[in-house]
Amino acid sequence: MSILPAINNALGADWRERTSAESRLLPQGKLSGPMPWVIAIMIGLTVVATASGLALRNTARAARADVAGGVTVQIVHGAPRERDRQANAALAALKSAPGVAEARLVPQKELDALVEPWLGTTAGDDVNALPVPALIDVRLSGSADANRLGALRQALRGKAPAARIDAQASWLAPVFEAVHALQWLAGGLIALLAFATIATVLLASRNALGNHRGTIEIVHMLGGTDAQIARIFQRSMAVDAAAGGIGGLLLGVVVTSLLGRQFAALGSGMMAAGGLAWSDWLAICCIPVGGVLLAVLTARLTVLSALRRML
Amino acid sequence: MSQPDDAEIVHFDNVGLRYGTGKEVLTDVSFTLYSGRFYFLTGASGAGKTSMLKLLYLAQRPSRGLIRMFGTDAITLPRERLPGFRRRLGVVFQDFRLVPHLSAFDNVALPLRVAGVPERDIVKPVTDMLEWVGLGDRSHARPATLSGGEQQRVAIARAVIGRPDMLVADEPTGNVDPEMAVKLLRLFEALNRLGTTVVVATHDVHLIQKVPESLIMRLDKGRLSDPTGALRYPPRRMASPPRPDVLGA
Ligand SMILES: Nc1ncnc2c1ncn2[C@@H]1O[C@H](COP(=O)(O)OP(=O)(O)O)[C@@H](O)[C@H]1O
Ligand SMILES: [Mg+2]
Repeated sequence: MSILPAINNALGADWRERTSAESRLLPQGKLSGPMPWVIAIMIGLTVVATASGLALRNTARAARADVAGGVTVQIVHGAPRERDRQANAALAALKSAPGVAEARLVPQKELDALVEPWLGTTAGDDVNALPVPALIDVRLSGSADANRLGALRQALRGKAPAARIDAQASWLAPVFEAVHALQWLAGGLIALLAFATIATVLLASRNALGNHRGTIEIVHMLGGTDAQIARIFQRSMAVDAAAGGIGGLLLGVVVTSLLGRQFAALGSGMMAAGGLAWSDWLAICCIPVGGVLLAVLTARLTVLSALRRML
Repeated sequence: MSQPDDAEIVHFDNVGLRYGTGKEVLTDVSFTLYSGRFYFLTGASGAGKTSMLKLLYLAQRPSRGLIRMFGTDAITLPRERLPGFRRRLGVVFQDFRLVPHLSAFDNVALPLRVAGVPERDIVKPVTDMLEWVGLGDRSHARPATLSGGEQQRVAIARAVIGRPDMLVADEPTGNVDPEMAVKLLRLFEALNRLGTTVVVATHDVHLIQKVPESLIMRLDKGRLSDPTGALRYPPRRMASPPRPDVLGA
């Protein structure tokens, strides 16, 4: 019972001892100058790109789930009376068709509201003079695949010959494709940013290595091991990268939430679904951690490869 | 602390060294250094003293020949074993090689910190050592603010602080006045009495005369001569008893 704290204490003391001793070998913090700023910018951009990618994914998912079981039936007929008759017949048939969870005739008012921005409502216009189709909004219990659409067409063939049946998903296909392309763009940006971060850290490590070559040679000649010398650099780089990472995370989160607010203000249902879940925020918070690891690893490999060239 | 009279610490066999594609700066150098002795390496400027010391402190590999150190072939020594060997050496570089951003204290403490000595065991020996070389009041000074002689004393303090098995010093008294030179020589002698093998490169004959029991190696255009014959027939170890008090130990 008493030995564990003692061991812990000893290990802790040893670690602190070693850390403080090694931290005296190189000036800490002055290692790489603009490094924290550059890393902050990189991490900030990565956060924004990642948040956008995740929001797009969420939007696409929500929209897909929304429209997956959605089917629109249009009755396109020049004569309003015949159009309404076929619409009612189709509605009745749809309601009794298997797999249909809900079928609703879109009321004339909603239709008028839908077409109003394009056609206008000038007094005296005869709305009936325009061949506006009747719309039936159908929700299937499953997703609207080709088989089920075929079955619905079969069911309506005799009763409403003017009916046109479309899965709502197919209307949105171009939107999904665009969202998909944007996600790839976000992924590409993240990859480029990671690459640029590695290059930056590599240059900073080389630079620091050059500035401190004399010190490194001395520590090396006094019996310092490669691992010891690499640790000094890693720690310095970790401090820089952590400072930059936290700054970049804050920057990215601020920009992301401002963007989110802008999109939410659009009031579009689709955009509202594009919010970030807590797991998304968790992933975003991992970005600076990844950045620090990347920086530390790069610094370590740079220093070790330079040291291998010394006897 | 005393070691067997004939314990070999370093052995060179037909060692040659050239830098790049230049001509050999060391040719057919063969000798054995025995543990616990005091050696002077003399020779004109450019004779190859620094080059030979570089081989001794493992900063340079020879172009040919064999080097055995602490009983191990130093040429085929794997890289990861070099730090362990270097920690057994104390080196006074001709150009001091102090770390510019560290204080005199931290420079002297460096070998101990590299070796992982706990901080509580560092402060007193380092303070005492700085006191001994007359820099007790300059321990916070950076090398740039120290005179050449003061820097040299810091370099010497750093080389001896870890009680090395072998001390290698390249013209260690070149920048100090004769009085301080003798004092530093006493430091080397005290360390020597504690069992450290000492190799001092110098062209100062007066210095050599101050250590009567020392052995002399002479380099002449990269070739080793043995004016006293001492290298082939090492005399008995001097009889004077160790004086640990001199080092503040
Ligand atoms: N790094 C080097 N590269 C090329 N030549 C060197 C180098 N170091 C020393 N030399 C040459 O080797 C010879 C011996 O130099 P050195 O060992 O410094 O002699 P000393 O210390 O006795 O003055 C000199 O001719 C010098 O020019
Ligand atoms: Mg020299």
